[in-house]
Amino acid sequence: MLTRRFGAFTAVDSVSFYVRAGEIFGLIGPNGAGKTTLVKMLTTMLPPSSGQGLVAGFDIAKQPAQVRKRIGYVPQLLSADRELTGYENLLLSSRLYLIPAAEREKKIELALNMMGLTEVRDRLARDYSGGMLRRLEIAQSTMHQPAILFLDEPTVGLDPDGRNTVWDHVRSLRQQTGAAIVMTTHYMDEAEELCDRVAVMHNARFAAIGTPKELCALVGPQATLDDVFVALTGHEVKKGDEHDAGRPSLNR
Amino acid sequence: MQGAPALTGEPDRRFVYTARDYATHIMAVADAEIRKLRHDPWELVSRAVQPILWLVLFGEVMAQVRGLSSDSQRYLDFLAPGILAQSVLFVAIFYGISAIWERDLGVLHRYMVSPAPRSALVIGKALSSSIRGLSQALVIYFCAALMGVALNFDPAHIIVVVLLIVIGSGLFSTFSLIIACIVKTRERFMGIGQVLTMPIFFASNAIYPISLMPGWLKTVSSLNPLTYEVDGLRAMMLKGGVSSFGIATDFSVLLACAAIVTMVATAMYPRMTR
Repeated sequence: MLTRRFGAFTAVDSVSFYVRAGEIFGLIGPNGAGKTTLVKMLTTMLPPSSGQGLVAGFDIAKQPAQVRKRIGYVPQLLSADRELTGYENLLLSSRLYLIPAAEREKKIELALNMMGLTEVRDRLARDYSGGMLRRLEIAQSTMHQPAILFLDEPTVGLDPDGRNTVWDHVRSLRQQTGAAIVMTTHYMDEAEELCDRVAVMHNARFAAIGTPKELCALVGPQATLDDVFVALTGHEVKKGDEHDAGRPSLNR
Repeated sequence: MQGAPALTGEPDRRFVYTARDYATHIMAVADAEIRKLRHDPWELVSRAVQPILWLVLFGEVMAQVRGLSSDSQRYLDFLAPGILAQSVLFVAIFYGISAIWERDLGVLHRYMVSPAPRSALVIGKALSSSIRGLSQALVIYFCAALMGVALNFDPAHIIVVVLLIVIGSGLFSTFSLIIACIVKTRERFMGIGQVLTMPIFFASNAIYPISLMPGWLKTVSSLNPLTYEVDGLRAMMLKGGVSSFGIATDFSVLLACAAIVTMVATAMYPRMTR
């Protein structure tokens, strides 16, 4: 049961859930529902006010270093360093995750190849398109083969082509590494398409949790995830273009 | 563990962190910063202008003022180490801005979720700031030599100068990081940066001797780490340079201050991504 308070405000209130190995778990909910705070706690950036969380078998509050070694995190913000090349960004990550020096070059090469960035490896990341940056960031967060990968709004600001590519990579990551993936998203089609199970977060709590099908069944026979979202949170589902301001979109 | 949100995976072997890993982490952070400088060396060039102006304009004029320099040492000789210490301070003190910038962008999150200990991140950043300080030193040595300053090029002395610059840069940049953690926004930092630099600079022996100061200012300057940085540089940079406090004292004070700010910054840095 994880809880995080900021003064009198409770951002995450007694949330309890588990994620299975190899599962893609979606967190949806309106802005301010507590998704980001929850992810920050699970990625050890924010200590919980009360409660306990185990990530990859380790306690997030008591053994943060053990947790960090085993997770990958792609923040919503632009986490690749734009003043470094793609290669250098990966080199930095390989060192931060203590990949042995002898294996670094090979793993970097592999990651560049898998994300389709080999040709632009020596270009500064500031010249990358939005989709390329996302792929670079996912590569940076998965080089050390984490047990769990956290993706915070992974496709915000991407064009449909970029979104599809990211989706493909998320799926193939799960397949190749067996990692569990926890992602927040504002896009219902993304949750429906990618996630095995989805939690709807509203006012710091989980309003519902289940497979997309189960959630839809809660609302009605013909219901979509959009309907579930509206029914459970009372908020309109935002459309893609309203979120594009979140990240610099550099698509050409 | 009923009731605990358990996110999959068996607890495998605990990873054991070694001294070598620590070194890898420090170098990873410092190397990334150095690579950025190599991509955009223009920053180093533009930063070199200020100390040259201080030496050439301020120095040449103030050298005419009686009382600033004793007969045995020209004012320019006295000034050159002071300007080196000053430019180390000026470059380092605004380093916090880039820390805030990294937080705003999201780059800092990448560091904070990595297994690197927070102290290694702080020290790595501090070391990278030393590179900027050292590049300043190169420019100032060159300029001072042209102006006839009696520089000491003895390798042992040069090594001590390098150490002083590395420690001084690290100390002031880490201090700057602490300020960044407190003020949190770039706008506020710009204001604070100016407010901090001037007292540190003027309440030191950088551009005039302590003997000219009123009593209270003497006390302030003896508590100012920059005074010890300048004192050490003056003894090591110049032919026949003498330290007023003793090199051992200079190093002790600087290292102690560096240790304190590193500990404080290590505790505060992770709060930036909360």
